[in-house]
Amino acid sequence: MSGLLNPVVLRITLRATLGRKRALVFTLVPLVLIVISVLLKLVAKSPVWPEEFLGVFGFSVVLPLTALIIGTSVLGAEIDDGSVIHLLATPVSRLSVVFSKFVAAVILTIVFGAIPEFLAAAVARGFGDKLGIGLLTGALIASVAYNALFVMLSVVTTRAIAVGLLYLLVWEGLLGNLVGGVRVLSIGQYSVSVANSIVHASALNAHLTLQTAIVMAVVVTLGTLALATRRLSSFSIKGDAA
Amino acid sequence: MSAIELRNVSRWYGNVVAVNDVSMVIGPGVTGLLGPNGAGKTTLLNLMAGFLAPSRGELTVGGRPSWRNPDVFTTLGLVPDRDSVYAFLTGIDFVRSTAKLHRLVDPDAAARRAIGIVDMADAQDRRISTYSKGMRQRIKVAAALVHDPQILLLDEPFNGMDPRQRLEMMDLLEKMGEEGRSILFSSHILEEVERISGTIQVVVGGRLAASGDFRAIRRLMTSRPHVFLVRSSADRALGAALIGRPAVTGVELTPRGLQVRTADFGTFARELAGLCRDSGIRLREVLPSDESLESVFAYLVAQ
Repeated sequence: MSGLLNPVVLRITLRATLGRKRALVFTLVPLVLIVISVLLKLVAKSPVWPEEFLGVFGFSVVLPLTALIIGTSVLGAEIDDGSVIHLLATPVSRLSVVFSKFVAAVILTIVFGAIPEFLAAAVARGFGDKLGIGLLTGALIASVAYNALFVMLSVVTTRAIAVGLLYLLVWEGLLGNLVGGVRVLSIGQYSVSVANSIVHASALNAHLTLQTAIVMAVVVTLGTLALATRRLSSFSIKGDAA
Repeated sequence: MSAIELRNVSRWYGNVVAVNDVSMVIGPGVTGLLGPNGAGKTTLLNLMAGFLAPSRGELTVGGRPSWRNPDVFTTLGLVPDRDSVYAFLTGIDFVRSTAKLHRLVDPDAAARRAIGIVDMADAQDRRISTYSKGMRQRIKVAAALVHDPQILLLDEPFNGMDPRQRLEMMDLLEKMGEEGRSILFSSHILEEVERISGTIQVVVGGRLAASGDFRAIRRLMTSRPHVFLVRSSADRALGAALIGRPAVTGVELTPRGLQVRTADFGTFARELAGLCRDSGIRLREVLPSDESLESVFAYLVAQ
């Protein structure tokens, strides 16, 4: 395992990602989650608003979009502007490049997505409540699996954000609600099902067993990272005559 | 051992052939890869650096294929043509990071050495985003040199440099070539590489059109026929005087002026002014009429 995570790549990626304009979008996420939670606590009538807002909305909109913006930019932005060549013109293994980029994306998503979910849950029910623990655990699964998928998309296509959005809206959002089988291939379901195994709330709308959710999340993460490594190993630059 | 070897390498995209059956051997010293824009120079460099798979043929760098083999970068350095670097880093930070990516024992010393070579020590603590084009080019060279590679590929390294920076870069390449490294750079401007000695490979339309000694190619360039359009106060009289000169091989009267063909550009240029002065003719305009790069390269190809 030693050498898989390259500290130089990790450090430069964190700096670069936080320095881009897109960072404005995901650095606002914690603020939005916590402010809305405070407001809902004051005005909401439904006793399960934390499950509905932080669980359903948080896990189907906030976390996936945060991961989408971060996961597609850690490596994708460098591929787009060509600076990735300075990284690839070194003997660092492509697996190590992909893994380090992935870890950077996971760290940022945890900081700007998962931990705010936990804090917002604490606003709703206090720090000791199982809601916060459950949402944090589920959000960690989401941070890992979504970023593996989105990093892979950014290597495979230059339209990673569009493809990622399609996956979230059409596959997870639309088909996931209509066709039961799709849920087994839905990262949103893995994370919310893991959260539900701790929270036990029907309002979370979870459909998978804990075991299925964890096994599938691991399979999706490893599979997409392997594919990303494979594709990055064949990274090509088209020349002047093309 | 030859640093880079291409045997019958072709690369195509769909129906477009970017590199067509190129064989070449790049050894120690400086080699220029010359050709007009779109000739396939960048494609060739990308093939060599392993950022493109040959569609056909064999390509080795230091005896190993470079495609899907990042280990070639232990002995290979690449200066890409695109200007994109991690602009938020300082120069020294960028070069030191590259040294760490190469897992050098003392990245700090290696970075300082490389920055010293390109003479960027004064600006090393500034962010790259504040650098001029020439400085960015030099910091990219420093990063490519940080692991002391035996082979260095540079894509259009003189682009955007002012004449002084260009001369310095040429001297730097020369020096590295003399140290026994294999230096390959690409350029689409023949004149900008006139100071470099060594060999050149001329690429036109994806094919290797000519290769050989820089001096021989330069001689060909100065002795090739030039065509000028000359306008004066008395075209016919000037034409009559010009045709008597050995340097002039043809004169034609056209409505736009005199079309003068010369086999010896230098002598013609020197004699024209004196000739006009002696015969009291006022010279209005002298225009080279076939100086496009394509015509220069086409001429070289024909030789």
